[in-house]
Amino acid sequence: MTASQDRLGPGMRRRLAGFTRTLRDAGFSIGRSETGDAARVIASPLADRPEGLRAALKALFASNRAEYQRFDELFEAFWRGRGVKHGAAAVTTLGGAKRARRFEAGPQGLGADGLPERAQAETPGEAAAEGKGRERGASAQESLARRDFALLAAGPEREEALALAERLARAMRARVTRRERARRSGRRVDLRATLRRSVARGGEPIDLKFRKRKRKPLRIVALLDASGSMELYVPAFTRFLYALSQAFSEAEAYLFHTRLAHVSSALSERNHERALDRLSLMAQGVGGGTRIGDCLADFNRSHGKRLLHSRACVMIFSDGYDTGEPEKLAAEMRALRRRCRRIAWLNPLTGRAGFAPVARGMQAALPFVDLFAPAHDLESLAALERYLVRL
Amino acid sequence: MPSERIPRERIAARLAETGYVADRELATALWMMDYLKRPLLIEGEAGVGKTEVAKALALVHGAELIRMQCYEGLDANSALYEWNYQRQLIAIKAREGSGESPESIESRIFSEDYLLERPLLAAIRREKPPVLLIDEVDRADEEFEAFLLELLSDFQITIPEFGTVSALTIPRVVLTSNGTRELSDALRRRCLYHYLDFPDVDREAAILRARQPGIDASFALQVARMVAGLRKEELRKTPGIAETLDWAATLAGLGVNDLMAEPEIVHATLLALLKTHEDRTRVTPEVTARLAGRAA
Repeated sequence: MTASQDRLGPGMRRRLAGFTRTLRDAGFSIGRSETGDAARVIASPLADRPEGLRAALKALFASNRAEYQRFDELFEAFWRGRGVKHGAAAVTTLGGAKRARRFEAGPQGLGADGLPERAQAETPGEAAAEGKGRERGASAQESLARRDFALLAAGPEREEALALAERLARAMRARVTRRERARRSGRRVDLRATLRRSVARGGEPIDLKFRKRKRKPLRIVALLDASGSMELYVPAFTRFLYALSQAFSEAEAYLFHTRLAHVSSALSERNHERALDRLSLMAQGVGGGTRIGDCLADFNRSHGKRLLHSRACVMIFSDGYDTGEPEKLAAEMRALRRRCRRIAWLNPLTGRAGFAPVARGMQAALPFVDLFAPAHDLESLAALERYLVRL
Repeated sequence: MPSERIPRERIAARLAETGYVADRELATALWMMDYLKRPLLIEGEAGVGKTEVAKALALVHGAELIRMQCYEGLDANSALYEWNYQRQLIAIKAREGSGESPESIESRIFSEDYLLERPLLAAIRREKPPVLLIDEVDRADEEFEAFLLELLSDFQITIPEFGTVSALTIPRVVLTSNGTRELSDALRRRCLYHYLDFPDVDREAAILRARQPGIDASFALQVARMVAGLRKEELRKTPGIAETLDWAATLAGLGVNDLMAEPEIVHATLLALLKTHEDRTRVTPEVTARLAGRAA
């Protein structure tokens, strides 16, 4: 490669185009200006050595941590994999298709959610959801039974759940706006606004304006236990979560059984049927023992810092039957408690007559829970609204 | 201005002269900032030295460092400019009886003298391009991020009472993020990206030697290994590079130059690294001894 040349030859141009296509297939978002800059990089002395070129293109094309970490492998495969003839062909022969498919993950590289990145061809009726759904689903080994949430796809229950979540969202929005408007008092005088007001008084600052902090909107982080013991409730809860994430701009959802899976991308799907389809695939770990402590640990380590803040409410939907050690669960609950505003634990069993939270896991978790409430029917879910509004 | 550009090979060396030990990828990214005239977004955990990159870059170019710390509620006013309202009010009052025409008062109080520069305005009005550090951009609101994006592409600012201020020189912009919030794709795409990780043992030892010239090379390596071991423990707060430097300085001050020699002192001084009660109780003297044994 004669790197000092000012303009790229057509061959190089094609290879670069092929490489950007490979990256796009792998989920990178690359615009025209990046491609233009890449051409400049290749024309620069950096391209004299592959190491330099790799580092340079990495800084240019990667835009988050996940992309940054996976760039090297893609680069190696495309540029160093000998036996590649020319640009466009390289995409399929090498990079390509296969590799890209394997790397495909949800938006913002949420592929690192702890699930095995395994392509499953045998998933029926999944063509529409493309690689994403499949990639992020559990592998076939994890569960023999494939439980179908779609069985309850339509019906009055779903409508009610949607309506409920909307009502919740409305209540929250009203609150937030009220807070922003009340600016007659505050901690600091807003000089800019006060002067603006003084124009009406002939330049005398009579009406003082104050500044008040804008409130962060409430963020809801839902953790749904999809283990065998929760089987009966999971369909209803997923529907509730779906509606919740449609109504709240700041909602995140996770499923856990033996592992933790981030399911927000499935829930943000506009098409309701498809969202539930994808979700049902993800919940296929059902049947194994629940390891709530381990899943919470995973959450705290990989997602907690990013997601939780002083206006975050964590909702855990679980019956508290945990096959892990209670000490671990307690420690993780403690860590979780420190990061968020409230933890609500919604236990579907609580609604049953004569229930006492005797499950070991439940016992361990209770001291850190702010709200321990039943969640066996829509009514009990609706009661949540009153609680959330108070936050 | 190609004449100001530092050749790529020299960047790492120049950084080292300032006491910043950079890896190749970072050096490349810093060179590309100049070559492509793009801002650099650095992400990484707290304590990996993100802010230091900007400081070192300013030293390398002999440029001024203008730092803007982002926080929740930061608005365009406090980032760009503000009028000095108190002085304006006084000026109006003082001239009330003087018979000065309203027009002249107006043009006076909306002149440079009454303008308070905030970091972003300051950064584009310097003769020599400064390094603009936009620290912890993830703490600012989304609205501010959008505004920032606009500024980073045009480098001009309009002040209604004053006119449009175009950049005299384009600053070198470094943004840092801790990942407390997802940044917008648009901002990410506008920037070059570098993920800064905790340094490996050799690099951390090199940092120790650069920052504490007196330190014994093998002891620096021991300290770096020990800290690397601690980072692998499940701590609530992972010690950063600054903490490593503190700890090494503490040990040096106490005359320790072998971790195995003085186990009690080593354990006692760990408070320079472990900043929560929980971590402190987790790392018992036995754990310390084990880690020190492995490091030595």
